[in-house]
Order: sequence, then C-alpha cells, then structure tokens
Amino acid sequence: MTGPSAAPRPARDPGLQPERTRLAWRRTALALTVVTVLAVRLAFTGDLGGVLLAGVTLVVWGAVLPVCWRRGTGTGPARTGGRSLPLAALGAAALAVLGVALVLRGLW
Amino acid sequence: MWESIRRWFDPRELRSVGSTPDYRFSLANERTFLAWLRTGLALVAGGLAAAQFLPPLPLRHLREAIAIALLLLGGAVAVRAVDHWARTERAIRLGEELPASRFPAVLALTVGLGALLLVVAVLLRALGGR
Repeated sequence: MTGPSAAPRPARDPGLQPERTRLAWRRTALALTVVTVLAVRLAFTGDLGGVLLAGVTLVVWGAVLPVCWRRGTGTGPARTGGRSLPLAALGAAALAVLGVALVLRGLW
Repeated sequence: MWESIRRWFDPRELRSVGSTPDYRFSLANERTFLAWLRTGLALVAGGLAAAQFLPPLPLRHLREAIAIALLLLGGAVAVRAVDHWARTERAIRLGEELPASRFPAVLALTVGLGALLLVVAVLLRALGGR
C-alpha cells in the first residue's frame, strides 16, 4: 500500500502548544526588559540614591530574565509549571514596588 | 500569606494532588498566567511612563497619584496571576471546576473608570482653557 497515510505517524501536536508557550515566555521577557529600562531611566537623577535604586532594579532584572529566557528557548517537549512562574510574578511585583519608591522619591 | 507564597515555590506539593493532566492543559494554564503577567507589566510600564513623560498636571501631585495607582494595580495583577495559576492547576489535577474569579471584571471596571475620569479631566481643561 502506498500513500502518505499508510504507516502510523508519530503523535504530533497540531496546536504547537510547546512552541506557543515558549514564545509567551519570550514576550514576557521582553515586557520585563521594557519595564526595567523605564525604571532605570526614572531612577537616574545623578545622585547616589538614584544609582542604588537603578542597581536594585537591574539586580531584579538579572534574576528574572535568565529564568524567562531558559523557558523560552530549546526544542522538544516543553516543561510545565515549576518555580519559574512564581519567580517571574514576584519579580514583576518587585519592579512595581521599586516604581512606587521611585515616584515617591521624586516628590521630595 | 507567607504560607501561600511558600506553596507557590514548592512544585512537589502541587504535583502531589490528583493526577497528571494532558500536558496541553498545563501549558494553556501557563500561557494564561504569562498573559496576565504581561498585563501586569504593561500597567507597571504605564505607571513608570506616566511618572516621567506626563507634564505636571493642574491638580497638585495628580501625575504621581496616577503613576502610583497604575504601579500598585500592576503589582496586584502579577501576584494574583500566580495565585490563580496555582489554583487552576490544582483544579485541573483534581478534575474540579476551574476557579471562578471576579478579578477580571473588577480590573476592567477600574481601568474603564480611570479612563473616563481622565476624559472628563481633559474635556474640562479644554473647555476651561478657552
């Protein structure tokens, strides 16, 4: 028998779910980077406090970005769940708190 | 509160309940979490942008108030995203109903109300500035 459907094909995922999930992680990494750039720009006012806050912002970014990037690359079956998710969420929350500190700092 | 934070970081506990579902369901849940996280990051970015790119507004400290409201909303969206992800994952593993939530409606109403207030402020300023 000839034809493409003669042999049983290996199972495949027509929804490309692992790829879509990886791309979602990459988009999240990009959004995180945009927020970091905006926060660092707001922090730099030329004094020591600004440099310190910018440094803390970059530390948060440096902690979370590799996690997002690791989940966003590679081939084959994707990993699900794990500590990357709460870490990314707490990183975003930390950037929000840093942002509040930066805005309040600008008031005096 | 600390207990739930500890639980988010302990994947073994989540894997101990129920049975492992079709991995596609877990991936869909994870993408939903990531979409919420980006929503939170967009709100944070909006707050940071308002703080540095808006001109000073006629009302004293209104610019800072807008920025801080957006930042706090963004942080809340991010934390709530991971909580909702964990509860959804647990429900999928146990074969239960997915957790219902008022949060999307509250967030939509808050953002809509904020936009409406700003429209009124802009209109008042345009009419008063003639």
